[in-house]
Amino acid sequence: MNDNVNYSETIKDFIVDNFLFGDGEKLATDTLLFEKGIIDSTGVLELVAFIEENFKISITDEELIQDNFSNLNAIGNFLKSKNNRAAS
Amino acid sequence: MCGISGILNLKNPASIDTNNLRRMTYALRHRGPDETGAYVDNWIGLAQSRLSIIDLSSGSQPIHNEDKSIWIVFNGEIFNYPEIRESLAKRGHKFYTSSDTEVILHLYEEKKEKCLDDLNGQFAFAIWDSNRKEFFAARDRVGILPLFYRIENDRLLFASEVKAIIEISDTQTALDPVGLDQIFTFWTTLPSRTAFAGINELAPGHFIKYSKGNNISVNRYWSLSYNNELVQNDKSIPQFTTEISELMKDSVRLRLRADVPVGSYLSGGLDSSGITAIVKNDFNNQLRTFGITFQEESFDESDFQHLMVKHLDTNHSEVHATNEDIGKYFSDIVYYGEKPIIRAAPVPLFLLSKKVREEGYKVVLTGEGADEIFGGYNIFRETKVRKFWSVDADSKFRPKLLKKLYPYIFNDKRLAQTLQSFFKVGIDDPGNSFFSHIVRWNNNTKLKNFFSEDFSKQIGNYNCFDELKSLLPEDFDNWDYVYKAQYLEIITFMSGYLLSSQGDRMAMANSVELRVPYLDHRIIEYMATVPSKFKIRGLNEKYLLKKVFKDLLPKEIVYRPKNPYRAPIRNSFFNNKSFDLHSVLSEKEINESGIFNPGKVKLLIQKAERSQSLSELDNMAIAGIISTHFLQNHFIKYKKLIVPEEYSFGTFIDKRNQIN
Repeated sequence: MNDNVNYSETIKDFIVDNFLFGDGEKLATDTLLFEKGIIDSTGVLELVAFIEENFKISITDEELIQDNFSNLNAIGNFLKSKNNRAAS
Repeated sequence: MCGISGILNLKNPASIDTNNLRRMTYALRHRGPDETGAYVDNWIGLAQSRLSIIDLSSGSQPIHNEDKSIWIVFNGEIFNYPEIRESLAKRGHKFYTSSDTEVILHLYEEKKEKCLDDLNGQFAFAIWDSNRKEFFAARDRVGILPLFYRIENDRLLFASEVKAIIEISDTQTALDPVGLDQIFTFWTTLPSRTAFAGINELAPGHFIKYSKGNNISVNRYWSLSYNNELVQNDKSIPQFTTEISELMKDSVRLRLRADVPVGSYLSGGLDSSGITAIVKNDFNNQLRTFGITFQEESFDESDFQHLMVKHLDTNHSEVHATNEDIGKYFSDIVYYGEKPIIRAAPVPLFLLSKKVREEGYKVVLTGEGADEIFGGYNIFRETKVRKFWSVDADSKFRPKLLKKLYPYIFNDKRLAQTLQSFFKVGIDDPGNSFFSHIVRWNNNTKLKNFFSEDFSKQIGNYNCFDELKSLLPEDFDNWDYVYKAQYLEIITFMSGYLLSSQGDRMAMANSVELRVPYLDHRIIEYMATVPSKFKIRGLNEKYLLKKVFKDLLPKEIVYRPKNPYRAPIRNSFFNNKSFDLHSVLSEKEINESGIFNPGKVKLLIQKAERSQSLSELDNMAIAGIISTHFLQNHFIKYKKLIVPEEYSFGTFIDKRNQIN
């Protein structure tokens, strides 16, 4: 994974396609994914599987907490910090 | 489309019994009710029964070259024949028909077996060069059309269906224990084997060659391949979508070439809806469509089907598949399908082609192949989930993604636990060649517990997984894991079951030709260059195909959950007044056939009588046992056909006095 990868767009597209069936207006970067019922506990695993496949990273059980996936911003921050840790 | 058959002397010239050719042709008359023709010299007899679709007036077979030294019988369609013909004509070839058959012949003259590389189509044909005494037969790339052969007493017998070979064979036909072992694992035999001992299928993408004084050889000319370097990682989703869309349109365009009207199957699923929409929008505004509805609600898709009919405004006909009919016609479909089946799903397709024919249509487009090529099946999604799990086999969370695939079962905590361990098989070895299919195949293997002790002894130590492994490309284990799963699905399920037991054989039973736009080899080859993460995006199957059809189809069709096409088994055979279960599965019958264990079969029947909701495995066992019974009845306790005396070849070329 490199710093220039734009996770946000790819992940947003995936969520719009996969959980909102193309209905992108409902999703802002701070939209709460769980509270709004966009993603459930299975959905977050789907998202993690997608992230792992597309960005060639691996997410541990310990990182699978709601805080890391609460909205698009949180996901972006989590992946950036994970990437920074990997780089350092 | 047609039935072809023939007899070739492999050692010395000897009289070919034309009555045998006649009987073979008669056995295949459902494949070609319009015309018959034969060529015979002292080496070979070639015969054909024709369903006329292209060049109705002058396309009678066998067809010859300019000096009548080379002859061909042909089953199928070469969709790009006008283009090939034009280039052949420029190079001086003279044509006496406007058929695609003649085009193959001249192309063969020029290029020998390399002619196959140029053909875009679905085909099985046999060519005889009477000057060189050379025989050549080939089958299309993925096995849309069938071709079988047996070598017996220095003769090669070949035919579109096994029944024509059995009809004239000197050998008593027996079921092949290894063939059955394969069917009760993979749903079908592996390439080149059949359910019958000593009778082979020419594998998809292969040809047979023989020349006087040499042995027969069977060679491969095409196979699915995968190469990391060919994967276009830098291409965007919109680019892929545009290119696939163009290929699809061109594939459909070519497959509408016919001198009779072409209809379309329309199930209400994405694949057939997409094809139908392309035809309707771009080529034929008066489209005729055909679909199946089911008596049992859980199998029925008529709401989606009707939505599509309304959306496209097609002239639509339906066949309503009742449980009674599924039981009633099961024996027939085994006769036409020629192998044990562990599903009932072919029956409604048999009823559908009957309807098509009654409505005056001979040719229909179908959506087969899309799931294999574009990644539609649950088994691919399951493979992705298990691969995700395999990253940390002890993870508490990862296996819970299975719930996405099987939500109802995973809502039950106890079942969830059982199912989780079921899917854990092989999870620690994601590089295994069979990682994708091992769970399913291991499960199917339990069907073999119904085999009798004697029959199991005949199978002995044979291991069907070893054989399948030996058929895989050398570098297979280095392939992308989704592509590996696709490959396994294509060479087993698709070629052996879908295109055969549910495809050609069910359509040709009623003299109807299927055309499968998704299996244009250009599309298959193109899809090998698409990264698998785009084929199934996350767990969203056929992602690119959905993009292609997004603007052509209603949202409800594009985003609907996919239901596999199935038909009820238990309810079709039990309490069915048109199906005599107890005589079919009587202890006497089971004992006589010797294949299954009578005690176990009895217990299975009792269980099915008690309970309406049987496991998938029990249902498969029921269909497998009943179909094997019918297969034996039709082909082992076989009585020769009674061929009417007046049945004779419309065209008959006799060179027995000239060619030795």
